[in-house]
Amino acid sequence: MTKRYGQQAAIESVTLDVARGKFVTLLGPSGSGKTTILMAVAGFIPPTSGRILLDGRDITEVAPEHRNFGMVFQGYALFPHMTVEENVWFPLRVRGISLAGARKKVNAILDLVQLGELASRLPGELSGGQQQRVALARALVFQPDLMLLDEPLSALDKRLRADLQWEISALHRRLGSTFVSVTHDQEEALSMSDDIVILRQGRVEQSGNPSALYERPATRFVASFLGESNFIRGEVSTVEPDRFHYTVQDRSFLQAGTPAPKDHDGSVLLALRPEKITVDAEPTNLTNAVEGRIADFKYFGSTFYLQVATKLLGRVMVKTPAASTAFNPRIDAPVWLGWAPDASVVVKAS
Amino acid sequence: MGDGQKRFYYWAMAPAVVLVMVFFVVPLLQVLWLSVSEPSLGLQNYTALIDNPLLHRVWLNTLRICSLTTLIAVTAGYLVAYAMAQVGEQHRTVMIFCIALTFWLSVLIRAFAWVMILRTEGALNSALLSLGVIDQPLRLVRNEIGVLIGMVHYMLPIAVLPMYSSMQAIPRTYVNAARGLGARVWQTFFWVYLPLSKPGIIAAAVLVFIFSLGFYITPAILGGGRVVMIAEYIRVSFDETLRWGYATMLASTLLVALSLGLALLARTVNVQKVFGA
Repeated sequence: MTKRYGQQAAIESVTLDVARGKFVTLLGPSGSGKTTILMAVAGFIPPTSGRILLDGRDITEVAPEHRNFGMVFQGYALFPHMTVEENVWFPLRVRGISLAGARKKVNAILDLVQLGELASRLPGELSGGQQQRVALARALVFQPDLMLLDEPLSALDKRLRADLQWEISALHRRLGSTFVSVTHDQEEALSMSDDIVILRQGRVEQSGNPSALYERPATRFVASFLGESNFIRGEVSTVEPDRFHYTVQDRSFLQAGTPAPKDHDGSVLLALRPEKITVDAEPTNLTNAVEGRIADFKYFGSTFYLQVATKLLGRVMVKTPAASTAFNPRIDAPVWLGWAPDASVVVKAS
Repeated sequence: MGDGQKRFYYWAMAPAVVLVMVFFVVPLLQVLWLSVSEPSLGLQNYTALIDNPLLHRVWLNTLRICSLTTLIAVTAGYLVAYAMAQVGEQHRTVMIFCIALTFWLSVLIRAFAWVMILRTEGALNSALLSLGVIDQPLRLVRNEIGVLIGMVHYMLPIAVLPMYSSMQAIPRTYVNAARGLGARVWQTFFWVYLPLSKPGIIAAAVLVFIFSLGFYITPAILGGGRVVMIAEYIRVSFDETLRWGYATMLASTLLVALSLGLALLARTVNVQKVFGA
């Protein structure tokens, strides 16, 4: 599917395959085209070219109200003049089911999202989290073929967001329906999805299951957008089967895997997650080691977050569990960093 | 703000306040006073509200015409407002201009223009006759139909604007949400859009009704003296039958009716919003 506004392409030749029963998240910064894809699937935006198939049936031309998809809108879009119960009844009402006939289903789904006792309230009287649950219930009550969620948690505060991530995942598992969600929040994507599609400037950058994407990012963009990463640029020196050596300013490092993709100048770019680096107050004999000084640090209770200034690699971010750190960080203290040959991964530079 | 500055603002307002007091509040109090003191002190003028069948008829006329005007103007106005809320920016500008245009035409000129169009030998009847749609000219002026046409025409923009502003406040996502959940176009309209635009409908209805109550020129000209509404009746009592006490009683009653209407409006919607403040 491609969508252009004038000359500007919002999405360019995007192909997606969502298997029945999966929870797929489209993740990307604003302007990456993720919402355009969702709105095209919902039927609100006609694609410039391409087709949308549901179980092999072409639904590109089908109006949104005939697609039988449930949708949770950004900001929820609960009808303010209807009670919680009436909101949840709405999709059944438009399908010709009376309130009396729908009551059993409505009550069941409201119980499922733990809102049974708030059925007669108006949306305006509910908290953000409760409104979110009503929106979920309303979109799920008619057993849609597909559930679409547009930034479902972006309006909530952090703690509530975490709670609802558990709840949405549980709902998805329990109902077995297919969910497609859009978000710019990488934590949300990682915690809820079976598969993540990372979008960048209207194209699919990489897709796969969360741990594969996190552990094996293909590009610098993915490595820095999904979690945090340090980047090391090195010259490949010797290549062995399944591993190779590279040098940074004459210091040699060992890397598992093959030195591909290479940049046009023959160098490789490696992404190294901050939590995969060990840090010691004394010199270590690890294969990959770099010395530096603590430029800055933060304490987060469970972890230390260190900024280490190194001559070789510049600023290196390190996350280390506070419980297993044998020393107390202080600014300017010398530290030795180390990592395993398979801790870092070769990525494409752009 | 300093005290001196505050005092300055109060003084700056003074001429306007004095003007309103001298030329509006004082005469108004005089009217109220006359209604209980002419021809003699007491409430005898007000007993006509209970026992004068002519006055009952005038009030019933007024209320019926105002209700019909409100019903027609709000219904027709809703369609215009709805169209305005849906079309693109360029069309909307043109539509707003056309609506504002009617405000610039004097009510007198508009009433006479309607007489020219609607009278027995007028443009509409001649056209219909020559097309063979009718074989007798329709009686469209000097009766209630004429008054209704003139009043609806005047009230239409007043009905459109508050409804349009309330429709503008309805987020597009509600309509999308309804459709996304499977609602057909008519279901979306009647179950979601219409209820959400209700504050605008109420505001428009009360506003049109209040304005209509005091209408004088349009009913006088298009009714040709046969359709007497309360304002016309007040003038006749002043000018022709010279019963000042009676006339001021009628005026006071109208004032109370208008105030009640406004109070009702204030209870249901945000008045400042209706008037665009």
